[in-house]
Amino acid sequence: MSGRVLVGVKRVIDYAVKIRVKPDNTGVVTDGVKHSMNPFCEIAVEEAVKLKEKKFIKEVVAVSCGPQQAQETIRTALAMGADRGIHVEVTGKDYEAMGPLQVSKIMAALAKKEDAQLIILGKQAIDDDCNQTGQMTAALLDWPQGTFASEVSLEGDKVKVVREIDGGLETIRINTPAVLTADLRLNTPRYATLPNIMKAKKKKIAKVNPADLGLDMTSRLEVVRVDEPPQRLAGVKVETVEDLVSKLREQGTL
Amino acid sequence: MALPGGALRLNQLVISRNFYKFTSCVGVRSLSDNVSSKPAPPSAPETVGDHLIYTQEHFALKESLRKIIDQEINPHVDQWEAEGTFPAHKVFKILGSAGFLGVNKPVEYGGLGLDFSYSVAVSEELGNIRCGGVPMAIGVQTDMATPALARFGSAELKEEFLLPSIMGDKVACLGVSEVGAGSDVSSILTKAVRKGDEYVINGGKMWTTNGTQADWICLLANTSDGPAHRNKSLICLPMNLPGVHIARKIEKLGMWSSDTAEVFFDDVRVPCKNVIGQEGMGFTYQMLQFQEERLWAAANVVTMMDNIIQETIQYTRQRKIFKQPVLYHQSVHFRLAELQTEVELLRSLLHRSTALYIKGNDVTKLASMAKLKAGRLAREVGDSCLQYWGGMGFTSDVLVSRFYRDSRLLSIGGGADEVMLGIICKYMDTLPKK
Repeated sequence: MSGRVLVGVKRVIDYAVKIRVKPDNTGVVTDGVKHSMNPFCEIAVEEAVKLKEKKFIKEVVAVSCGPQQAQETIRTALAMGADRGIHVEVTGKDYEAMGPLQVSKIMAALAKKEDAQLIILGKQAIDDDCNQTGQMTAALLDWPQGTFASEVSLEGDKVKVVREIDGGLETIRINTPAVLTADLRLNTPRYATLPNIMKAKKKKIAKVNPADLGLDMTSRLEVVRVDEPPQRLAGVKVETVEDLVSKLREQGTL
Repeated sequence: MALPGGALRLNQLVISRNFYKFTSCVGVRSLSDNVSSKPAPPSAPETVGDHLIYTQEHFALKESLRKIIDQEINPHVDQWEAEGTFPAHKVFKILGSAGFLGVNKPVEYGGLGLDFSYSVAVSEELGNIRCGGVPMAIGVQTDMATPALARFGSAELKEEFLLPSIMGDKVACLGVSEVGAGSDVSSILTKAVRKGDEYVINGGKMWTTNGTQADWICLLANTSDGPAHRNKSLICLPMNLPGVHIARKIEKLGMWSSDTAEVFFDDVRVPCKNVIGQEGMGFTYQMLQFQEERLWAAANVVTMMDNIIQETIQYTRQRKIFKQPVLYHQSVHFRLAELQTEVELLRSLLHRSTALYIKGNDVTKLASMAKLKAGRLAREVGDSCLQYWGGMGFTSDVLVSRFYRDSRLLSIGGGADEVMLGIICKYMDTLPKK
């Protein structure tokens, strides 16, 4: 086994930013807005680095797809302990249309090229909430998948994954190579320490194009319109259950 | 004053924030309710390549430090302000482990050996802490009690005091000001009399930030009878030595989360080897770091002012008066524009001075100007913004009232406005000739 883990990291609008829809309703405002690494991707990086520290794997490679700024996100992963990065350059219209299908094609191609033993991704991105990339990547590679992982342990050439599912926790054992997606409780991502931030400067980030990997980035989806959610109206407080019932009747809800 | 109404308005402000679901999952990332009223981050930094002093590493540093502040510090600030102290050992250990306490300190002692622009970046980011007390305490540790030691201390002294201070294992404090001597440092009375291999120290220090919990104090004392600028030495003094009395914790107008002590020294004996560098050079050593201290203070408050202005915009946008948002009244948005303009000017002065300083220039005049402006502008911003919060601004529930109290110190401590003006006049050659 190569002992190499690929970790996908996505650059998204920071979770604390108040999202504004563009006036032409084609998307959200991203210019001049603070971006950071998707929180679930942070958890994925942390898990990979932990596996390396426990000597289960040998190398952590951080991958991000997007324009030049995606390299900032890769650098954050490097500062957390990833060994090197791959920046897949996707810009302009291709970047706007890029979704889970395109990213999974990229991840699958890179996994083959890098002879990866594991791919660890965040379970979903906080901008589109798709929760598809991990699953699609596994399907394209015909690899087993352990999604919504809250616990991961490598056992020889198998992985034991405890998954968070609606009914509770499910434990599965799958063969490697495999795709895992990180859920919230998998770990607590470490702070990038200043010494590691400075060391990350020397780590390499390779740049590739989807064309180099022989991939077609055309999207099968077209965004028709983006709207803000309806304004939440102020509620009304009532004193008794009778008041509540009569108010609901007045509104026509009952 | 319709306080319940005000509380409802604050509540609506909280609800209207678009928050990703997972953040409410208490567990991994415990964010306090305070975070919901955090202002939208001001516009993203200019392209890294264009910034006057900051590189990608500076921005990465700020991002990482911001996470620590959001997760380990801000959730507890209200409690610490109420208690009148904060757990310095705990907080410094977290910062020290992440490398943020030794940014421009020597690598051999756990520091990073980076230039002062990184210290400025740290100071700016610490301005995101929701009080003035904790950043001030950190600043004392990193840029007031330790620079002289790092530059001039013996290897043994650095091993005992500098290394653990950088790692966050020991809390430092600075002993310069006294009850009878603040701006006039040369008139301090604390004496260290040589007796064989030791100094015997008598006297007292005032306004000692971190004083009630410090492990050691960087003490300026008279060690001989020579001229006032040449008879003082800096001594590393452990705070647990017999004769060191922490007389009282001082109750202050602001900076509540920072414990400030009055300390007495009663025949305290310390080995002579604890003197930093050369005897008699203490005053000079302390003065050498003034440029850094002053730029640090300006950097810290620049971010705080940005945040206060942003929060005021947010509040006045949703608070209605005479059927429209307070913000829509021209006097309000025009005034905020004036204030933001001045903040940007101060930021420019800060960055320009830092750029010159890291190239080896003396920036005493510019640094003094930055400190002077920082103190005065903070008072203006605090006062003007508080007005726009109306009754709410007068309560303890909001950051602006805390900022109003905390920032008043800036014109007094770390070099009073009048001292800054004197320095600037010296450079302008406008002082009366003797």
